[in-house]
Amino acid sequence: MLLQSSLASPAIGTVFWTTLIFLMLLFLLWKFAWGPIMKAVSSREDMIRNALDAAEKAREEMKVLQADNEIILRKAREERDKILRDARVAYERMMSEAKEKSQSESDAMVRRARELIEREKVSAIAEVKREVAQLAIEVASRVVGETLKSDAEQQKLIERYLREIEANRN
Amino acid sequence: MIRLKTRFLYLVILLLGLTVGTAGSASSDTGKDETESHEKGGKFDASSFIMDHVADSHEWHILTRKDGSHVAIYLPVIIYDKNSGLQIFSSERLAHGHSYRGYSIAHEGRYAGKIVRLDEAGHHDGSKPPLDFSITKAVFGMMVASVILLLLMLGLARSYRRRGVSAPRGFQGFLEPIILFVRDDIAIPNIGEHKYSRYMPYLLTVFFFILINNLLGLVPFFPFGANVTGNVNVTFVLAFITFLITQFSGNRSHWRHVFAAPGVPLWLLPIMIPIEIIGLFSKPFALMIRLFANITAGHIIVLSLVALIFIFESVFVAPVSIFFVLFMDCIELLVAFLQAYVFTLLSALFIGMATAEPEHH
Repeated sequence: MLLQSSLASPAIGTVFWTTLIFLMLLFLLWKFAWGPIMKAVSSREDMIRNALDAAEKAREEMKVLQADNEIILRKAREERDKILRDARVAYERMMSEAKEKSQSESDAMVRRARELIEREKVSAIAEVKREVAQLAIEVASRVVGETLKSDAEQQKLIERYLREIEANRN
Repeated sequence: MIRLKTRFLYLVILLLGLTVGTAGSASSDTGKDETESHEKGGKFDASSFIMDHVADSHEWHILTRKDGSHVAIYLPVIIYDKNSGLQIFSSERLAHGHSYRGYSIAHEGRYAGKIVRLDEAGHHDGSKPPLDFSITKAVFGMMVASVILLLLMLGLARSYRRRGVSAPRGFQGFLEPIILFVRDDIAIPNIGEHKYSRYMPYLLTVFFFILINNLLGLVPFFPFGANVTGNVNVTFVLAFITFLITQFSGNRSHWRHVFAAPGVPLWLLPIMIPIEIIGLFSKPFALMIRLFANITAGHIIVLSLVALIFIFESVFVAPVSIFFVLFMDCIELLVAFLQAYVFTLLSALFIGMATAEPEHH
């Protein structure tokens, strides 16, 4: 029964129609469906791939940039440290220089003051001496004036005394 | 993903629902009319019941009323006879053993199921049957499937044009993975990155053509349910097209392999060449038989399970039958995809073998 039936028998009409329908279907789908669909799918895939590539590239660049940043930051830090160190050194040098300078200046001032004082003292002593000598002459003249009449004798006496004083002092 | 799953579940439920329909319509079939064809001496003839449903026919029988009248779609008969030329008429003229213009459908003998010419006495005159270009059930079913496929794919193409390269949505999301599957898992691995795009339109068409015909073959209602991919003539055409594409895209090394296989001693060539030539034909032949046999077998099993009800003449067999038919239809659903996949895969494989560049050692 199974073989007797037309199940597996050739039928030219079915072959003909199948060929016709299938080829028409193939043509229509090729032209109007598969073309646009495959193009859309592949263009979308390209887009996704490009986007992924771009993202990857951006990440790489970011990484490079970050590394650069790191380097720049490190350099900056080093530079800052160096500047700070230099500043400290300079500060210390300046401080010591200033200290030295002020020391020497004050020393000079003291020295000058001392010299001035010395000079003043000498002149003051000379003044006092003169004054005292004057006073002494005055006093002495008054005291001696009564006894010594002649000026010549008087002068001689004074000079003798003065010589004695000088000698005494020396 | 979840949406896709639920959609798939709906599809399964829908198909299962329609399967129950098969059982129902089959029972109405056998109820009355088929008494004349499916019953022999008052006994139910399961074999003819199954064959009538699986084999091609000129009319599309839908059901038989209680009074014995038929509801059927009478498809056009187109025959070409050397003597009387091209003739076109409705198959209603030939229904139920009637004869028209000296033709009728043979019920037995060598040309059973075919339109034959009658002699004066109303018997087959023994001549070869006229060329039959009728729109048979299989052809009509194929047309319906092709129109559905065309609308589906043109709609898909339009939605791609409209939406451009944005993410697939709705129906696009259902079909695109299948298209990409054909490309990435069938065409590219077998044919190669550089040449596959030339064959994509054929592979996609043949895949979806087989798939939709397989799936619609599972639906028991008019205008679906024709056994298209279970028709050996249909699978012959598909396999033959694969054969032609394979041979016409065959390169030097393909033909060298056939006529002077490298590494084969000269004295073996007289044996090897015929074997290789047979091999060229046996590959598409296997394609033809595989698809035809798988789909027909599935239909026969489903119908046999339904026929059990009438063989046992007991309504209590029905739940068991229906359960097994449900089970079978789930498998058939898988087979529908599987056979479309296998046919396309092997086509791609044959094309890939014929176009492969020889490896340089």
